[in-house]
Amino acid sequence: MPIEVIKPGLATTVQDAGRPGYYSIGIPLSGALDQYALRVANLLVANEETAAVLEATLLAPELVFRAPAIVAIAGAEATPKVNGEARPRNESFAVKADDHLTFDFMKSGARSYIAVAGGIDVPAALGSRSLYGLGALGGFSGRKLAAGDMLPVGKPGLGARAGRALPSDIAPIYPRSLELRVVTGLYFHRLTEEAARTFFEDTWTVAPEADRIGYRYRKGRPLSFRERKQPFGAGSDPSNIVDAGYPYGSIQVPGGLEPIVLHRDAVSGGGYAMIGTVISADMDRVAQMQPNNLARFVEVDMATALKARAEYKAREARLRSALSA
Amino acid sequence: MSGIRYSFGADEHIFAEIGEEMSLEAFFKGMAICKELEKRRIPGVSEICPSNASYLIRFDPDVIHPDKMLRTLQEIEAQVGDAEIELQTRIVEMPVLYNDPWTRETGARFRERHQDPNSTDMEYAARINGYKSVDEFIDAHSGAPWFVSMVGFVAGLPWLYQIVERSKQIEVPKYLRPRTDTPKLTIGHGGCFMAIYSVRGAGGYQMLGITPAPIYDPQQKLPYFKDFLAVFRPGDIVKFRSVSREEYDRDLEKVAAGTFNLVFRPVTFSLKSFHADPGGYSRHLAEVLNAH
Repeated sequence: MPIEVIKPGLATTVQDAGRPGYYSIGIPLSGALDQYALRVANLLVANEETAAVLEATLLAPELVFRAPAIVAIAGAEATPKVNGEARPRNESFAVKADDHLTFDFMKSGARSYIAVAGGIDVPAALGSRSLYGLGALGGFSGRKLAAGDMLPVGKPGLGARAGRALPSDIAPIYPRSLELRVVTGLYFHRLTEEAARTFFEDTWTVAPEADRIGYRYRKGRPLSFRERKQPFGAGSDPSNIVDAGYPYGSIQVPGGLEPIVLHRDAVSGGGYAMIGTVISADMDRVAQMQPNNLARFVEVDMATALKARAEYKAREARLRSALSA
Repeated sequence: MSGIRYSFGADEHIFAEIGEEMSLEAFFKGMAICKELEKRRIPGVSEICPSNASYLIRFDPDVIHPDKMLRTLQEIEAQVGDAEIELQTRIVEMPVLYNDPWTRETGARFRERHQDPNSTDMEYAARINGYKSVDEFIDAHSGAPWFVSMVGFVAGLPWLYQIVERSKQIEVPKYLRPRTDTPKLTIGHGGCFMAIYSVRGAGGYQMLGITPAPIYDPQQKLPYFKDFLAVFRPGDIVKFRSVSREEYDRDLEKVAAGTFNLVFRPVTFSLKSFHADPGGYSRHLAEVLNAH
């Protein structure tokens, strides 16, 4: 009982919780960029919370269900429509055979998650159905969706029904302007004193080059690195280091111009100095930023990062108890 | 070597810089620590990534507190120490068609991004490293074997560091601005590292040749992909063999037919023996390949 892709949207991919354990050979985590929204969408249709879903980016796809299904949409604020009629977001609904699912534009947020009871049943690769595009691994045939694709759906769970809704007090909102918390370190000491200050003072704008690999920010003042005799093996630019592993969420500034926050399809290493790392609790919020949204980076310590992480986990726990009933 | 510099990558990572500059010593120490870390199977540790002169780990701070994680790494550092390090690893020979028409053609399309638009990448690399001819450069490149010092950037892409004294290291700058295209399986060089491009894509390394041997294949078609979809692991030793166009074409036919193979031999690398006689040790490694 497949789903047919009529229009693929800008970049729609199959994603789940991701594929840890292979970063040392350059295969990144992948998985839904907004992991909270992944769980919302799945729990609404009584799937395992990390079942495979469709992640739509900025411009959502048009799909036809070739069999009846229970569906839920979470993530970006974009009204889903079945045969042109609006359906609620963050609430499960039923579709009949040959129903068309389309979306209005994303008013806020950059990624919608489309869960179908039973999950998107593509084969797992290295333990995950998530697409890693650069490596043509996982997902639907190792690539993003294209018109004409027929997506297999698994067997729905017993509890799948229409009308299951996310309580509004645990529904995220996606502001156009936000603060991203950063633990400095790594090669932060390579920045000049002035750059170490202006990085946090300036308001940065999400560039059009923001994708699953990384989010690029611009319009802040250029960031200078301290001049030095470059160590053997590091490149010639002062922003270069001997090539090293890049943490998820780490921020690099090639040539000192535009900071890039690496996300779940990260390139696993390279020769640009990383100046800090966005805390794990804020990575979902990065994922929902649209081009031209605004961010300020705020320096926090480890204790704050761990507290934010605990709050995130508590929100997840509330989500589970609210939707498992 | 002084102590390792540790830094947290927010709440889920620790980055350990063994040396600011690349050296075999720093690489070896990182490998030794990462191997010990793997052996300990510490709950909560999800990624252990050795790289050239540093390593990166990812962990779940809900399972192991960041401070405890850091103490564990420091403890392993002390345990590994600066002791004489031997590495049990594998060696493999790979065919390379140096100075091939495809990377030359690609290079020609991006000359305005290059330091020296009037020569090819190969001519430039040979000249600035003091070689009289391209052939002499190829002899040096394929003469001594290389360590896989890191795998990454994209899936299965190995970075390699040649097992020769510092004074003999080949060094070239990256392109002034990166290319938007690099043929798959290009042999590239930037800084003191070479890389084999596992997939087609952007790149800034000087392009020196191309290998017929696939190194990453999600379909796992060839015999040497039996166990895994990427060939290389950090610590592998690779010796390149310069092949003719005819040999290259024959290898490509074998790849298409599914009969092409790479053979890995076990080998022990001793840093001390290497330092005692770099040239001789390099020949010794080559003999391991030919002994079978």
